[in-house]
Amino acid sequence: MTTTQQVGDRFGDFGGRYVPEALVAALDELDAARTEAMADPDFLAELDRLQRDYTGRPSPLTEVPRFAAHAGGPRIFLKREDLNHTGSHKINNVLGQALLAVRMGKRRVIAETGAGQHGVATATAAALMGLECTVYMGQVDTERQALNVARMRLLGAEVVAVPTGSGTLKDAINEAMRDWVTHVGHTHYLLGTVTGPHPFPTMVRDFHAVIGQEARKQLDDVVGGLPDAVCACVGGGSNAIGIFHAFRDEPSVALWGFEAGGDGIETGRHAARFSAGEPGVLHGASTYVLQDADGQTLETHSVSAGLDYPSIGPEHAFLHDSGLARYAPVTDREAMDAFSLLCRTEGIIPAIESAHALAGALRIGPELGEGAVVLINLSGRGDKDVDTAARWFGLVDDEGQAHVDGEAGPDVDEGGDA
Amino acid sequence: MSVLDDLFAGCREEGRSALVGYLPAGYPDLPTSLEAIRTLADAGADIIEVGVPYTDPLMDGPVVERAASTALRSGFRLTDVFTVVAAARDAGAVPVVMTYWNPVLRYGVDRFAQDLADAGGAGLITPDLIPDEAGAWRAAAEEQDLAPVFLVAPSSTDARLRSTTQACRGFVYVASTMGVTGVRDAVGSDAERLVGRTRAVTDLPLCVGLGVSTGDQAAEVAGFADGVIVGSALVRALGGPDGLGALRRLTEELAAGVRRA
Ligand SMILES: Cc1ncc(COP(=O)(O)O)c(C=O)c1O
Repeated sequence: MTTTQQVGDRFGDFGGRYVPEALVAALDELDAARTEAMADPDFLAELDRLQRDYTGRPSPLTEVPRFAAHAGGPRIFLKREDLNHTGSHKINNVLGQALLAVRMGKRRVIAETGAGQHGVATATAAALMGLECTVYMGQVDTERQALNVARMRLLGAEVVAVPTGSGTLKDAINEAMRDWVTHVGHTHYLLGTVTGPHPFPTMVRDFHAVIGQEARKQLDDVVGGLPDAVCACVGGGSNAIGIFHAFRDEPSVALWGFEAGGDGIETGRHAARFSAGEPGVLHGASTYVLQDADGQTLETHSVSAGLDYPSIGPEHAFLHDSGLARYAPVTDREAMDAFSLLCRTEGIIPAIESAHALAGALRIGPELGEGAVVLINLSGRGDKDVDTAARWFGLVDDEGQAHVDGEAGPDVDEGGDA
Repeated sequence: MSVLDDLFAGCREEGRSALVGYLPAGYPDLPTSLEAIRTLADAGADIIEVGVPYTDPLMDGPVVERAASTALRSGFRLTDVFTVVAAARDAGAVPVVMTYWNPVLRYGVDRFAQDLADAGGAGLITPDLIPDEAGAWRAAAEEQDLAPVFLVAPSSTDARLRSTTQACRGFVYVASTMGVTGVRDAVGSDAERLVGRTRAVTDLPLCVGLGVSTGDQAAEVAGFADGVIVGSALVRALGGPDGLGALRRLTEELAAGVRRA
């Protein structure tokens, strides 16, 4: 018996297809193609081969005892999606969808990106498979994730900055949808997370489910059982669903999603959909949305571009309302403290998104206590965030010039009185 | 018979198509918006599509998108839409509202239908709500005698053309090209084909939108459609210098166009 409660294109009351009629045919085509592909041994073998030889799967599971020493008792294991080719979990879904795009005879893919990781992964797959690629990115995000903009362009993708609205992920999705509805004949919209109209939430989850499947087995090999808690950060929700899915039917495993608490819920500057959002519709799905009394989408804030999004995948809305998973906000400060702690205790620089999951684990650790086992999805690495983190910790000045701890020089006497 | 049925019957008797003009409520601000609606009605729009400005208008091109942002910055509140609808009705046009779904959902579907009917609205066009997801709205529309107007697109299969038009009342919105709203140089040949395919499955009046900006284009579309929908071109006129004057002149040109076919 499964607790998925997925009936057709709905997760409980959430999901569906709130889209222009012009997209319905393309969504039907995609749904048919992915259903067929997931039952086709050749497709699955090709996907497996790419995951192994190109991405580097399985990603390792790393125990982090020096970090765990700060968490009040539990043993902590990281699922190392940061070590995937391109540096995050995003590649899992991208390779699956890019193969589908080829299978459907599309010659162009488009994508939205926040932190730039999904854009980089899409540009990578497009280069690998010989597809044209356009990536939409909010203006604000192109500035704070400049390194990833350069990476996408090096890979041959066209990057379009979106200045409208808040200049972040939601506006990039609007622009990608506009492109798709205009070019749907030859273009596949390679959506980067578990939201959007059916079949995206289900399809993207299925391509990420490998994270949890591997981790469950790896952990069992080490501890001989299940974890007590699984922690992930939640932007749109793809890395979280990817690791949750294998544990969904295990009542002894607490599933925890950590959202961007920004400056704190009370300030209004955050992206905590389950703390301050209401059920609504955004980007094709019925789900929780941060909105005002008139149903206008609210602007969000997070130090992490990948979590800076006013809505969340519909399956998370269902997991939340049914109590099957729990969600809590983590502030910018808590996330950056956890970021620093992992760097200094374990020699791993995490993505700031993933640092929200680390901070969450530090918070729930003491309740779980000695001997408990916590699994964290380390969804990405922090190379893209070095500039943000260096500014946060005061390692650079306003011009981006590095500060050093001291200055080494020729060891000679400066005095002239020798 | 609803006001929309009467209106299309009247146009048919006159041997012409209806002119459907779109403007976002509250653009550029509420007082000017009310003036603009009266101008539109007075200069010859038969149906006025009152748009609800929304933060994430993913079916709209830059002209309408910018107008929506301007209206929101000027303080547009959702209930203003009923004020604008009432003004359109008082000016002698038939008002319908065009809105993305979330504002209606948030307001409450039944409450929105009630308040729209009370303000004199005849129906609701829903660019991101397909009949498959519209159970609650269709029930509320029936209750309030409002027309649910859904869109058909060049990519719609014949089966969807049939099921979508069966869910429509008043008229069908024929989105003539694949893409977002905006002015186009040529009205694609897709439009006439799609109208033909849609005619084969419904007797409802067919209104064609997306791209019309001149009297000549209006005349061309009026040659095969029951209504010609103009949006971005009117918004652009209103947003330029001498906005209300330009809006009147363009509306008159379009009204002459739909009578010329
Ligand atoms: C490293 C990393 N983790 C998490 C996210 C958030 O996305 P999701 O919630 O879909 O996993 C992103 C998005 O950009 C990311 O780059």
